[in-house]
Amino acid sequence: MSEGTLYDKVWDRHKVTTLPTGQDQLFVGLHLIHEVTSPQAFGMLRERDLEVAYPDLTHATVDHIVPTSSKDRPYADDAAEEMMAELEENVREAGIDFSHPETGDQGIVHVIGPEQGLTQPGTTIVCGDSHTSTHGAFGALAFGIGTSQIRDVLATGTVAMEKQKVRRIEINGELPEGVEAKDVILEIIRRLGTEGGVGYVYEYAGDVVENMDMEGRMSICNMSIEGGARAGYVNPDETTYEWLEGRDAVPEGEAFEERKEYWESIRSDEDAEYDDVVTIDASELEPVVTWGTTPGQGVGVTEPIPDPEDLPEDKQDTARRAQEHMGVEPGETMEGYPIDVAFLGSCTNARLPDLRRAATIVEGREVDPDVRAMVVPGSQRVKAAAEAEGLDEIFKEAGFEWRGAGCSMCLGMNEDQLEGDEASASSSNRNFVGRQGSKDGRTVLMNPRMVAAAAIEGEVTDVREIKEVSPQ
Amino acid sequence: MSDEVEIPSVEEVSGTGVAIRGNDIDTDQIIPARFMKVVTFDGLGQFAFFDQRFESATPEESRDGDGDAVVADEQKDHPMNDPEHKDASVMVVNANFGCGSSREHAPQALMRWGIDALIGESFAEIFAGNCLALGIPTVTADEETIAELQEWVEENPDGELEIDVADETVTYDGKTVDVTVDEAQRKALVEGVWDTTALMKANADAIEETAESLPYVEDGKRV
Repeated sequence: MSEGTLYDKVWDRHKVTTLPTGQDQLFVGLHLIHEVTSPQAFGMLRERDLEVAYPDLTHATVDHIVPTSSKDRPYADDAAEEMMAELEENVREAGIDFSHPETGDQGIVHVIGPEQGLTQPGTTIVCGDSHTSTHGAFGALAFGIGTSQIRDVLATGTVAMEKQKVRRIEINGELPEGVEAKDVILEIIRRLGTEGGVGYVYEYAGDVVENMDMEGRMSICNMSIEGGARAGYVNPDETTYEWLEGRDAVPEGEAFEERKEYWESIRSDEDAEYDDVVTIDASELEPVVTWGTTPGQGVGVTEPIPDPEDLPEDKQDTARRAQEHMGVEPGETMEGYPIDVAFLGSCTNARLPDLRRAATIVEGREVDPDVRAMVVPGSQRVKAAAEAEGLDEIFKEAGFEWRGAGCSMCLGMNEDQLEGDEASASSSNRNFVGRQGSKDGRTVLMNPRMVAAAAIEGEVTDVREIKEVSPQ
Repeated sequence: MSDEVEIPSVEEVSGTGVAIRGNDIDTDQIIPARFMKVVTFDGLGQFAFFDQRFESATPEESRDGDGDAVVADEQKDHPMNDPEHKDASVMVVNANFGCGSSREHAPQALMRWGIDALIGESFAEIFAGNCLALGIPTVTADEETIAELQEWVEENPDGELEIDVADETVTYDGKTVDVTVDEAQRKALVEGVWDTTALMKANADAIEETAESLPYVEDGKRV
């Protein structure tokens, strides 16, 4: 008999009990914390005289407020320094491992978890950060929580959750040249809507996902939340296991083989039943860019921007306001949309393969003189690995700034921000009004190679028309 | 001590309303990230919907010498700036309200501004969960019901709305309409078990048992 989906199996393994509310109490296998959403939770713990229940299953990093220009202390921004100092004190007191900038392991929480092998299949992972869905790429059940829930997890090692439905999204066939994971997820959000995933967990499957590297799977799972789904996952396979083997927190030798058996056992059964199935033909896709102010307002780079009149009635008003903010007209394409800033970074697209692919576009070319372009690697390890390959030189020679690791301009909590109504070509995940630090700023989401192309041309450009200098 | 935390039941919420129109209102709009460089939630109320309410762009520009938000002549036309709505405690919104970032700062800011309950077409999940953790109901109704409510609230800023969480109704203008409250949310609010820390901590033995049954945990450590 079918034991169901990965979601069912991992849920059942971690279920402690059913609470009087009808919610299930789930054990948390990995609790990731960062400086923005955790200090208040530690404060609540102190108020109630409670201690951290599972410090060894908790791991901290600092990412949102860290300056990417210099890691010298104290930080120039007093508020950032205070948040960092508070985190240092909290983790010291509770005995929680901290990927501190001084260790060389610091980075965006959703980059360092997988990188250090903390993220593993068949585990439950929570973090006070909506992009925790990223870790689902490994077949973990991973979701974002609020600060009061962080308090719950710190105090009890568990979280109260309602079980959700599962939608399987199959992307079949082969991706055309120039189309990558980011385009797949932007297309999914565009088709199913920003609230299409509410009440669902997304299981990504099909030829494209099976043949995709772990970094691509992470980019897709990362933006599940932009589609309204709190979690998304991919069933673990050999690609997953190979990627994990040898990483810091992953068991070695015989223990690794044993663990693999567990990982295999939590894969969705062939005959598992789904609440919904969506199929997408990969051959229809092209690079996707956003024209509006929600991640669902995307369009193929050669396709016309829709007329709000042609959209469902409940989307028209938002579309009109978005087009006004962005200064775009229905019927035009996004190609040629002038940009002022190119941001290559974020938990969606700042891993080594993302930087490698972007570098193939940048190499031997120069950033448009009117464009401020920056690369913000996802972690200190990504940065070091990229430098070992000479990627930093390629970017710097072209005119990109090569900065330290952090969330940076994805959400503008450090010094990296848009100014005035600057337009940004961004490899990040959200194009909300004000997201990149300026309330009048404009964000166009796209894949990393498209960001590179936009930086060179000074406008949104179809990367397929640019010849790679040194194809990988 | 956790056992001493008093969790009140939330069976009814009443007060005047304020309508915030638009679908997909994200938590970056409810509280821009630049106001989150804080280690407590204190004082976040003044930053609720800041960029929709004020012209100034940065905290420095928008605060006076005492750190308070500058209100005079910086205001935009926004329902939360309207003196008639300044005491509102029920926010009436449209679809997918609270999408995006998981920041609890968003419901904290609304709560500290004065909001005790939200009525909308739909809410993003993390946002609704964060509201519940604060004892704030997020009740839903169809598009038409919401449209009528928003219009009425705009025309009757002094009008009282009564949300009955247990009965799943909203009473206003002398009539009672049906709304929906998610079952777990309703139970949690009505029975006063929405603060889950003590509730879950009481299951310490079962937690331990679950932990040790997992192949990757031993003695509370990752193996």
